[in-house]
Amino acid sequence: MKEEIANRLQQISEQNLIDIEQAKEQGRSVIGFYCLYSPTEMAVAVNAIPVPLCGTRNDPIPAAEETLPRNLCPLIKSSYGYGVSDTCPYFRASDIIIGDTTCDGKKKMFELMARFKPTHVIELPQSQNNPMAMEFWRAEIEHFKTVIEETSGQQIDKAKLGAAIKLMNRERHVRKALMDVNKAKPAPLRGAELIEILFRVGFLADKEYGISLMEELTAAAREGAFRQGDPPKNRARRILLTGVPVGLGSDKIVNIVEQLGSDIVAFENCSGYKQAFTVDEGKDPIDALAEQYLATPCSVMSPNEGRFNLLREMVEEFSIDGVIDLTWQGCHTYNVEAYLVDKMLQETFGITSLHLETDYSESDTEQLKVRIEAYLEML
Amino acid sequence: MKKFAGIDIGSRTIELVVIDEAGQIVNSLQTDTGFDPMSEAKRMTGEVEYTTIMATGYGRNLFEIAFDSPTVTEIKAHATGARFYFPEATVVLDIGGQDSKVISMFPSGKVKKFEMNDRCAAGTGKFMEIMAKSLGFDIEQFGEKAMKYKHRLQISAMCTVFAESEVTSLIAKGHSPADIAMGLHQSITNRVAGMIKRVSAGEDLVFTGGVAYNPCMHDQLEKQLGVRVLTPDNPQHVGALGAALLARAEA
Ligand code: SF4
Ligand code: SF4
Repeated sequence: MKEEIANRLQQISEQNLIDIEQAKEQGRSVIGFYCLYSPTEMAVAVNAIPVPLCGTRNDPIPAAEETLPRNLCPLIKSSYGYGVSDTCPYFRASDIIIGDTTCDGKKKMFELMARFKPTHVIELPQSQNNPMAMEFWRAEIEHFKTVIEETSGQQIDKAKLGAAIKLMNRERHVRKALMDVNKAKPAPLRGAELIEILFRVGFLADKEYGISLMEELTAAAREGAFRQGDPPKNRARRILLTGVPVGLGSDKIVNIVEQLGSDIVAFENCSGYKQAFTVDEGKDPIDALAEQYLATPCSVMSPNEGRFNLLREMVEEFSIDGVIDLTWQGCHTYNVEAYLVDKMLQETFGITSLHLETDYSESDTEQLKVRIEAYLEML
Repeated sequence: MKKFAGIDIGSRTIELVVIDEAGQIVNSLQTDTGFDPMSEAKRMTGEVEYTTIMATGYGRNLFEIAFDSPTVTEIKAHATGARFYFPEATVVLDIGGQDSKVISMFPSGKVKKFEMNDRCAAGTGKFMEIMAKSLGFDIEQFGEKAMKYKHRLQISAMCTVFAESEVTSLIAKGHSPADIAMGLHQSITNRVAGMIKRVSAGEDLVFTGGVAYNPCMHDQLEKQLGVRVLTPDNPQHVGALGAALLARAEA
């Protein structure tokens, strides 16, 4: 990333922590989120600050392993570790933690987390096209609303929720526009840069500021500001990363691909394009939220048709040469689904995917490198 | 006349192959990787003549820096080397000292899919060495001894440490070393067969790496998979040969 932009993002992050402290003093609540299934609109509707707490760094994992089994997904261990070792300022600032019963490891982890932090866990159905599941899910969203009302001491009415949906739609829209910059060839943004921007913006207390920042960076990227002075590459392949979420600290795959001279141009995961949806502004807000959020195409759903549609769309629109499908060790749902992803890609596009299973540590860098290098060679 | 070298720097051995413009093998050298692979590589390359060189194997990046040479992954190198011996082949199984891999190719020879095991010793040459030793066999005769088995035995542990204790308890129960050896060969074959089936669909197989010398593995693979298992003359230098062929193609 160009140094001045990187420095600025760093400064913005530091300033944001101060802003959050101040906002709290002025009575605004901070709500900690872990998963894409929980509607952040609910927090925005009471002028609370939603923060994405998913653990993406290796550092707190040893602390988590004092309690949690070692062979658990690193994302769960990292998330728990930050909380239990009190090393994440956003976790500390959160008045309540919102979890979802997504995968087994996560839902059981929240039971332990609830022992030292107020935690509310939303019960998530496992299927998206069962009317009974939808009815149940809608009730869960209603209940979630009352939890946020109690935490913040404010009522949520239709107008407030409608306005929150509008604001979040705008945010998702500019996020998508930023990611879509990379449809251009060559991609104006490196994968690592994109991840960093999306990651940092996610924490901003002031949504409007985040939106205008992303708009500004999108325009700069389009004009080539991020690639100024880069030597042209001749054998750069356009790679799509799918599978588990990645963030700062858990982006080693992105870095290896880029060291090897290719580009991760798009992310079909929670950190990326899975967030590029729009909530229907014409419907009853609770209905609209329930419908759209349940439709999140994550492997915890069975079946998970949405992910395949999204992948097909992205492979075409981003002119993808190859797909890397990432699974964190211990994540059964993404691990199993990898077979279907590969099969779909072979059948639809005649390309095979590279399925990688790893964790947050650096111990297997060489092994990953051989696989990635061999994959890039064969494309 | 120009000559092209390929060097395969693995975790246990280093192979160096030199070919001429016609693709004839001029030199073929092998040594243990030891503690200082780069000085071994330097010594070996000093013993032969070549115009250009290409490196592969785990040490390829070190070699790239020290010798300013291009590199290729062991996947592509093995695929290329195997096709030199068997031009029609589309599947390669390589079982080396510390890893194993399966590569499938399009009929053109382009790599289509691959799978690697390099995280644990299970199903690698190292595993077989430790098992042979605990049964009192030389690794060179491990396969032949196993083929003299009388009774079928099931061995379930694949982790080196657990398999060793399973073997010990089987010996204590009075099972013959040949029977146990056969059981071990079968369990390795089961594991490798799983990998093969994930990337291929019943095509004949080129078997490379040190373990390809083992006749029992050869036999078990053919029986389990119902395919022909083809072994090149010198299965251990296939990676280095592939690199040499790629050096020639790039020249
Ligand atoms: S991958 Fe699935 S379970 Fe994990 S945070 Fe994303 S939506 Fe939630
Ligand atoms: S990556 Fe998989 S195992 Fe880890 S939290 Fe997400 S769904 Fe659960």
